[in-house]
Amino acid sequence: MAQAALPLQPQDTIEETKKSSASGVMRFARFAGVRLLTQSFTVVLAVYVTILIANMGGHVDEIRKGFIRDQVAMFAGFDDQYAMMSSEEKKKWIDDRILIQEKRMGLEQPFIIRSFRYLTNALTLNLGRSETMFSDSGSSQVRNIILERLPPTLVLFATANFLMFGITLFTGLYLSRNYGTFLDKFVLAFAPTSAAPSWFYALFLIIIFAGSFGVLPYGGMVSSPPPDNMIGYALSVMKHMVLPVASIAIGGIFAGIYSSRTFFLIYSKEDYVEVAHAKGLHPRTIERRYILRPTLPIIVTGFALSLISMWTGSIILETVFNWPGLGRLFFQAANQFDTPIIVGSTVIYAYLLAVTIFLLDITYTLLDPRLNVGEGGAK
Amino acid sequence: MRVFSILRKYPSAAVGSFLILCLVVLAIYAPIALPYGEAIRLWRGGEGVWKESPKNARPAWYNAFGYNLPETIILDSTKDENLKERTVLTETMTDVFLSFPFDFTYDDFPQELQVFFQAEFDEKRPLIEMKWITPDGREIEFSDMTIQGNATYYVEQDEKLARDFDGQAPIHVLFADPNSETPTPLKGRYELQVAGLVFEDEADIDAQMIAYGKVYGLAGTDHKRRDLMVALLWGAPIALALGLIVSVVSGGASLIIAAVGVWYGGWIDALIQRITEVNMTLPGLSILIMVATFYSKSIWVMFGVLTLLGIFSGGIKSSRALFLQVKESPFIEAAQTYGAGSWRIITRYMIPRILPTLIPGVIGAIPGVVFTEATLSVLGLGDPLLPTWGKILNDARVNGALFQGQYYWVLEPSLLLMLTGLGFAMVGFALDRVFNPRLRDV
Repeated sequence: MAQAALPLQPQDTIEETKKSSASGVMRFARFAGVRLLTQSFTVVLAVYVTILIANMGGHVDEIRKGFIRDQVAMFAGFDDQYAMMSSEEKKKWIDDRILIQEKRMGLEQPFIIRSFRYLTNALTLNLGRSETMFSDSGSSQVRNIILERLPPTLVLFATANFLMFGITLFTGLYLSRNYGTFLDKFVLAFAPTSAAPSWFYALFLIIIFAGSFGVLPYGGMVSSPPPDNMIGYALSVMKHMVLPVASIAIGGIFAGIYSSRTFFLIYSKEDYVEVAHAKGLHPRTIERRYILRPTLPIIVTGFALSLISMWTGSIILETVFNWPGLGRLFFQAANQFDTPIIVGSTVIYAYLLAVTIFLLDITYTLLDPRLNVGEGGAK
Repeated sequence: MRVFSILRKYPSAAVGSFLILCLVVLAIYAPIALPYGEAIRLWRGGEGVWKESPKNARPAWYNAFGYNLPETIILDSTKDENLKERTVLTETMTDVFLSFPFDFTYDDFPQELQVFFQAEFDEKRPLIEMKWITPDGREIEFSDMTIQGNATYYVEQDEKLARDFDGQAPIHVLFADPNSETPTPLKGRYELQVAGLVFEDEADIDAQMIAYGKVYGLAGTDHKRRDLMVALLWGAPIALALGLIVSVVSGGASLIIAAVGVWYGGWIDALIQRITEVNMTLPGLSILIMVATFYSKSIWVMFGVLTLLGIFSGGIKSSRALFLQVKESPFIEAAQTYGAGSWRIITRYMIPRILPTLIPGVIGAIPGVVFTEATLSVLGLGDPLLPTWGKILNDARVNGALFQGQYYWVLEPSLLLMLTGLGFAMVGFALDRVFNPRLRDV
């Protein structure tokens, strides 16, 4: 099912016609522009759906109204006049202020109008203050909190992903050369282990390396207290990254190698490869030009898809490892009902997914010479 | 016959089928051995239900690996008449003497010692004195007390013992060998004597002494003294049902929707395509977490959302690509010529054509669903009512099982999850190779 999720299907391709390179660049730019537009539109819709879900039944509004009521009641305590009012006056005084506050936050407008304002706010991450959480620098601005948590996630998952990409590509190539050997069969037999997510293997790795041998930390990003020089800090972060990266790798590596190996094998049976062999080309040249080139789009797609599944998988992996990234933030926010943070994190995830899909499209067209980017795509 | 030849050609399919079969047997056995209502009662029940089992106990088979951890020792005067002796002292005073002798032969200390009293009286509360006799004849006196109705005596909370033992854990002193440098339990016959004085004719005292061990049953217990077996057993039918229903329903629905889209084309097809793209940009797990946090943690809601997210996934795109080819086939044209309606063509001609290619995907999607449920449970967002494997993992994580070396707590549900995932994934992989001609030889 994974291969099915290509944003561009091979059916969308049209045989290449001769064209000058200048118009090729133009076409590519136009293609990229169109993709960017449609992708942006998709993100806007996805974020809107997120807001609808988060606010269905006025849940978010209830939270906000409750918040306003608390605030007003608190301020009433500081007001000198308030203490002298009769109970009816008090009630009126409070109701008036609640009404003013609700008006200020636009809560009196119908939901459909508000939802569009929420949408623009969400898209620009202009989500105001979080309800309960703070960033490490003490800010309660949603944007600051999220942007502070983004780098650790990116570092962890970028490292893991590129590592995986390299390993699966080269091991896959090696296995397709040594088809049918013990190692090949071994990888084949282990491919189904990738059905389990990475956090699952994380539990085992923690038991073995942190619990039993005590050689690696249970979790976190740096040791406490953090080393004060840069090198020590980097080393400490790397040490803490070993187990998360290893669990991500174990979670996907066998299936990754299996699929790249299988595609290499399929493409090495093509007629033109036979012809190249008959011509007496060097095996490495054949591999590079005739096998690797046509399989690369598929492999890059697989890579991007694993990246996509990792973004959302980070929620639990980071929670298991106490990694101070976006995923753990999302989980903490969900536990504390911190709606602005939840919406903000979901928006960031949608952005990450969209950027990944967009880059995938672009890489795909660059890698696949059959793809004529200018004309059509539609059938 | 074809099935057997497939199984012979792909040994992993045989192993996978075997694992699935085991799971199905377990899933059928669970409701028979432990009916649903009973399972829920046990899983939800607090200390009352699990009074007699120890906290965080390892599975009993742990002792097979060269350990000699204590089992739970329970002595109850209501069940064994010989433990109780009644002597009438005066008209208004009766002596009730309870003695609880037991052999202790283990290499580790018990976890806790508790005495549960049941007193029957009208007005005057009975008086209790307790004495502990070790195998080497030392006598240790506990605090005296009066009891009312049902009372529980905890050795750990006895202030007199804490004073006498200089703050050492009472359970260690009670069972320790005084001549040993390191704390080791003394083996032999211990006795707890409870001397009660009642002041009414009808009044009586009964007691139950429990020396909680460190091993329990086949699966061990958790922090709430619950037998993990309840959730391990019931996790199987829940995981199997959820995985099967979600992947079959979403797989089938996405097939029908893709067929309808391709057949009618135009804006219907375009709408389906756009919905799918938006859905693929939505971070699925975040949506599930939001729904669980804001609306409901019920397994039915989770089931619905998972199915919805699953329908408009990548699968719909690959089905669409296949349907586009099928739509152009001559037999569709033939069907149109004899006057078949759109619905008939979709259900009788298009869908059956590509149904087989869908099977590996549906089976391959099951582990994903099972693990998604586990993921949500581990995050504390599982159905609060149901005992599932993910729930055990969540309890273990929250209570720091990994840090305290209670690995059985993590490993047991993990193993079952792993076997389930592997079983379906192995069969899915093999079927993929059977149905996909390009993969058949590689």
